[in-house]
Amino acid sequence: MSLKAALIGAPNCGKSTLFNGLTGGKAKTANYAGVTVEAKRGHFTTPKGQEIELYDLPGIYGLTARSSDEKVAINMLEGQMKGVDKPDLVLVVIDAANLRTHLHSALQLRELGIPMMLILNMIDLAERDGIEIDTTILEQELRIPVVTSRATRQGGRENFLSRLDELIDDGIEKAKIAPEHHNLSELQKSARSLAAKAIVKEALINKTTRIIDSVALHPIFGPIMLAGVLFLMFQAVFSWATLPMDFLDSTVSSLADFVRVKVGHTIWGELLADGIIAGVGSVIVFLPQIVILFAFILVLEASGYMTRAAFLMDEIMLRAGLNGRAFIPLLSSFACAIPGIMSTRVIEHERDRITTILIAPLMTCSARLPVYTLIIAAFIPNVKVLGFIGLQGLVMFGLYLAGVISAFVVAYILKKTVTQGAPQAFILELPTYKLPNWRDFYVGIIGAATSFLRRAGTVILQVSVILWVLAKFPLSATTLRESFAGKIGAFLEPALKPIGFNIEIAIALIPGMAAREVAVGALGTIYSVQGGENNTQGLAHILQNAWSLPTALAFLAWYVFAPQCFATLATIRRETNSAKWAIFAFLYLLGIAYIAAGLTYHISRLIIGN
Amino acid sequence: MNFMFLSDLEKNKVARISNILEGEFSINAKLREVGFAEGDEVEIIAYGPVAKTPICVRLNRTMIALRPNEAKYIEVEL
Repeated sequence: MSLKAALIGAPNCGKSTLFNGLTGGKAKTANYAGVTVEAKRGHFTTPKGQEIELYDLPGIYGLTARSSDEKVAINMLEGQMKGVDKPDLVLVVIDAANLRTHLHSALQLRELGIPMMLILNMIDLAERDGIEIDTTILEQELRIPVVTSRATRQGGRENFLSRLDELIDDGIEKAKIAPEHHNLSELQKSARSLAAKAIVKEALINKTTRIIDSVALHPIFGPIMLAGVLFLMFQAVFSWATLPMDFLDSTVSSLADFVRVKVGHTIWGELLADGIIAGVGSVIVFLPQIVILFAFILVLEASGYMTRAAFLMDEIMLRAGLNGRAFIPLLSSFACAIPGIMSTRVIEHERDRITTILIAPLMTCSARLPVYTLIIAAFIPNVKVLGFIGLQGLVMFGLYLAGVISAFVVAYILKKTVTQGAPQAFILELPTYKLPNWRDFYVGIIGAATSFLRRAGTVILQVSVILWVLAKFPLSATTLRESFAGKIGAFLEPALKPIGFNIEIAIALIPGMAAREVAVGALGTIYSVQGGENNTQGLAHILQNAWSLPTALAFLAWYVFAPQCFATLATIRRETNSAKWAIFAFLYLLGIAYIAAGLTYHISRLIIGN
Repeated sequence: MNFMFLSDLEKNKVARISNILEGEFSINAKLREVGFAEGDEVEIIAYGPVAKTPICVRLNRTMIALRPNEAKYIEVEL
């Protein structure tokens, strides 16, 4: 019989690291960062061979649910989660360095009457700070096993595992008390007096943390540091990724050439080379950028800096009608709106959460990068402005900025109209700075990369094939206009012509509704069907001749806003529990996209004078 | 004895929590669960860059950010 155990603890107590360490499984570190958004499940076997089914629950401070994230944890503990039984054993995790402040949560959870073990986590870091804890006193008074665990070394979990085996041998029922209920202030009082006995030596806040925070939280240097961190992050995404991207790009084109030679100029050879390899390849090229972006976000979360960013941004966010906590979901949305939207579960007020969800798609996600990169490379000259700022980079920055500014404007308008409500509380623990755990980092990066590649292998592959077929058939068609794709494009063209889009763009937007980055592959397929060339650099060259500059700029403006991602809309639907908000998001984004593209087209035509 | 609200405490002055007030949206429970309790040591260690909000408070050896709006439910004595 496998035993069901649940890890419970405050955000940042290191329980996800413990979970990954025990199970080798999938879950990232901090709850706050919105990473542990659902109960995660894994398995491990104790040294004596007991099979354990382990749940990693979202971080909670107590049994008063505030955010929908916390409700998941509390519902499971109280046996109210559909299809999931109460755990047999609760493993309460407390950051040993914060025992005094957090011990009352163990007392409160004990009153549920479920067998329980207390894990004082990251004891090595607490001892390094100069704290000493007497676990025997805690065990005697709490009448449950109390163990310590280390953050860094693998040996840090041995103590826990052997005590767990002991407890199972003795019968886990021993480690529980009859259900009780005391109010919070009573629990706090007993917790404080117990902590006073158990903490042999207390110390000041971790010195490194104090030194870093004297800069990171400084009213002037703090925002400068935040801007620097964000600048470094975007710089890394664009410059460090160039080398691996060029390599992937040339691999894709030589593979397509190889296939063309081997299979020959048959219909199957063309499908393979122009449809599949060119289509899927043009998207896979962006894997390095996505990996770098996720790497930064994971490190910022795990190190504890993200909460400082939320602290610095809170008042500005509040003025736009948001909450400092919305900063993390919005920053994550630069990688992908889906994890961003899911991580809004940490926002307790429903209206604030919906506002954040609605503007998350305005953050420039990594799927827009392929499109931006292509158009910028084709139309924006690679010159320096003021002698040192690259114009191409500047335009890219401008597109990001346009997304952010419009997000704030939209949030402000939404708060005044459809999502009115009083501002909610902002109470946020700033954890001690930590070096990221490499296993957690690895698990997070692999997860991001595989989900991206899975999309490339499924959605994008299918779309590439379908599009190639639509553009190639009927075989009697000699030009694109006569193909099936041309017929669909011609149907849409009248609506898109006023904003400067031609029929090829109209065709590329159809598959681009499924996922933004597909448009690049689609343009590749469309123009290679027309012109017979197919690598990305070749595509940029073709576009230079096929599009006017105002059209290209309008296309970029369209992409800042357009709701072209079914997965995001589906996530909005799921997270708001209503189709209404998903439809609302789709329509308002589409509306802004159309207006922005139209304005860009006509204004730039006036300026250029054609 | 000098009583005041945490929101009015001077920066880097160490005080003790004497009372946590009741308020709307179960603010009392929220503050208690995150760790604020009578007798605990608090100190403001930083202010947000805009309009001095939120405030960053050291509670024992834990750091917590909150807005003056929430801090005014915590009564302290110097």
